[in-house]
Amino acid sequence: MFEGIMTGLATAFTFTNIMMVIGGCLIGTFIGMLPGLGPMSIIAIMIPVAITIGDPSTALILLAGVYYGAVFGGSTSSILINAPGVASTVATSFDGYPLARSGQAGKALTVAAISSFAGGSIGAILLMIFAPMLASVALLFHSSEYFALMVVGLSAIAAFAGTGQVAKALLMTFLGLIMATVGEGVLFNMPRFTMGIMDLQSGFGFITLAMAMFALPEAIYLVLDPSRSKTGDGEDGGKITNLRINRQEAKSIAPVIGRQSLQGFFIGVLPGAGATIASFLGYAVERNIAPKEEQEQFGKGAIKGIAAPESANNAACTGSFVPLLTLGIPGSGTTAILLGALIALNVSPGPRLMVDEPQIFWAVIISMYLGNLVLLILNLPLIPYIAKVLAVPRNFLIPFILFFTLMGAYIGQNNATELLILVGFGICATILRFADYPLAPLLIGFILGPLLENNFSRAMQLYDGMGFIWSRPMTLGLLIFAVVLVVLPSYRARRARARAEGVADGD
Amino acid sequence: MALDRWIAFVILLVCMAYGYAAYFTMDSVLPPIMQRSPIWPSSFPKVLAVGAILFSLAIVLGLEKAPEKKDAADINLSRLGDYNVGQALMLLGLMVAYALLLRPLGFLAATFLFLFLGSFILGERRFVLMAVVAAIAAGCVWYLVDAVLGIFLSPLPGFMNSVASGG
Repeated sequence: MFEGIMTGLATAFTFTNIMMVIGGCLIGTFIGMLPGLGPMSIIAIMIPVAITIGDPSTALILLAGVYYGAVFGGSTSSILINAPGVASTVATSFDGYPLARSGQAGKALTVAAISSFAGGSIGAILLMIFAPMLASVALLFHSSEYFALMVVGLSAIAAFAGTGQVAKALLMTFLGLIMATVGEGVLFNMPRFTMGIMDLQSGFGFITLAMAMFALPEAIYLVLDPSRSKTGDGEDGGKITNLRINRQEAKSIAPVIGRQSLQGFFIGVLPGAGATIASFLGYAVERNIAPKEEQEQFGKGAIKGIAAPESANNAACTGSFVPLLTLGIPGSGTTAILLGALIALNVSPGPRLMVDEPQIFWAVIISMYLGNLVLLILNLPLIPYIAKVLAVPRNFLIPFILFFTLMGAYIGQNNATELLILVGFGICATILRFADYPLAPLLIGFILGPLLENNFSRAMQLYDGMGFIWSRPMTLGLLIFAVVLVVLPSYRARRARARAEGVADGD
Repeated sequence: MALDRWIAFVILLVCMAYGYAAYFTMDSVLPPIMQRSPIWPSSFPKVLAVGAILFSLAIVLGLEKAPEKKDAADINLSRLGDYNVGQALMLLGLMVAYALLLRPLGFLAATFLFLFLGSFILGERRFVLMAVVAAIAAGCVWYLVDAVLGIFLSPLPGFMNSVASGG
C-alpha cells in the first residue's frame, strides 16, 4: 500500500495535475451552484474536455475535482438561497438556510466546508484500506461472477429505489440495457436494432443520454416552474461575513463528523444507496441521538444539522468510488458517468486496474485529498465572490444551461443529429419524471449494458450454454441474492400493507 | 388511468416491437458459422425483451402499489396550465432549430441567435444587453472549444467556410 501511495503522490503532484484539481474544483463549485446543473450534468459536460487531455490519470483527476466542487457548490446554494442544486444537499438546507437567514451564512458555510473536508478525507482513507482488499477478492472472479455481480448491482439500485418504485426502477434498468444493444457492438460485428438509420450505427452516445436524462429535464422544470430557480434577487450575495467558528462549536461538531463520515462511507459503497440517502440518514440519526435541548434546535439552524449531512454526503461520494474502481460497477448515476468516461479513455475499471495501472487508482485517491484541501483553503474564502453567480437573472441563466447541455452532447460526437436525439430523449425523460420514474437506473443500465452482455457471452461460451449458472456456486449465490434484493422490499411492503388492513395475522 | 401506467403501456409496446425484432428477424440473417456459437447476437436482447415486457406489464396492471405522496417540490400535473408550458415548448423548438441550423449557419451565428432568442422567449427585453451577452458568450465558447481544446467547430456559415478554406 505504501508503494501505491508513493506512486499516487508522484503522479498527482505534477504541476498539470495540481492545476487540474484546482481548476476542476473551481469549475465544479461555480457550476454546481447554479440551479439545474447537478454533478452528473457537469461531469458529462466536462468529459469531452477530459478526453482531449488524453492521459487517463489527469482526466480522472480533473473529473473527480469537478465532482467534489459540484457537491460543494450544491451545498453552498442550499445554504445561501435554500435552492439545493442536488438531491444530496437537500438535508443541508434544513439547518443551513435558517442559519444563513439569521445572518450567520459565513458560519454555516464554514461548518459545511469543514464537514465536507473531514467526510471526504476520512472517506479517502477508508477507500485506501478497503478498495485493495475488495479488489484482491474480485481478482478471483470469472466472467460468470462478473455477470452475476453486475446483476446484483443493478437489482440493488432498483431495490433502494423506495417503496412502490421497484418495478419502475427495474423497468428503467431494462430500458437502459435495451438501449445499449442498439448499434454495432464490439461483440458481434453486426449492427443491431438500427432500423437502417446510419446515425444509430455506433449506438446512442452516453453523454447525450446523460444530458437528456438529467440536465435537460431539470432545465425544463426550471422553465415550467419559476419558483424553482431562486436566483436574481441578488440580495444574499453580499451578506457573507465572518467565516470563523469558535472552539466550542468545533468541539460539538467533531463527534458528529466522525460518526457520519463512517456511516456515510459505508452507505456510499452500497450500489444504489449513495449520497442522498447517506445525507438524510445522517441528519436523522444525529437529530435522534442529540440531547433533548439540542433536538429542538434542529431545523432552526443547528450547526450539527449542517455537519451531519455534509460529512455523510461527502464520505458517501468517496465510498461510491469503491465499487467503481474495484469491480467496475457504478452504484450511482455520477459514478456511471465516470465509468463511461473511463471506458472512453480506454481504461477498463475492475480489479485488474489496481494491478495493471496502479498509478491511475492511487492518483485518484491522492487527488481526493488534494481536492478536499483545495475546497477548504481556496474555495471557501472565495465563496462570497463565487456566490455572485447566484445573482445572474434567470432569463440569461436558462438559455445558457440549455446551451451547455447542447454543447456537451455536440462536442463529443460532432454530429448535429445527436442534438435532435438529445432533445427527443430529453422530452421523454421529462415525461418520465412527471410520472415519478427514476432516471438514474436507465443510465446505469445503459452504461453497464455492453459489459453485462460481454461477460454473459464469455460465460456462455466457456460453458457452452447456461451451465455456468449452476456449475459455479458463487455465480448462483450472487444471482439468488439479486432476486432476493428485488423481491424482499415488495414482499415486505405487501405484508406491511396487509397488516395495516388487518388481514394478515401470521407472525 | 394514471400517467405512469400510460407510460408503462407505451414502453410495453416498444418492448414488444423490440422483442419481435429479436425473436423473429435477427436469427435468419446469421451466417451459418455463427449459428454454432452458444451465444447469438439475439440471445441477450431476447432475455431483455422478456424482462422489460414483464415489468411494464406489472406497472400497467398496477401490481405494485405506490404509496400516496405528493412532493411539494415536484410538478403537479393537475395544474399543468399554471406552468410556463408555452415557454418550455418554444425553448425546445429553439433547441431543435439550433440542431438543424448549426451546420448551415455556423457555430457563431447559430449560438448567438440561440442565446438571444432564448432569453427573449423567457421574457427579457433589454435587447442591447442580450446581444452583448450572446455575442461575448458565443465568441468565448468557440475560442475555448476550438483553440484551447482543439475540437473543430466550424465558426462561419457553410458557404463562407468553403470560401475561407479555398482562399
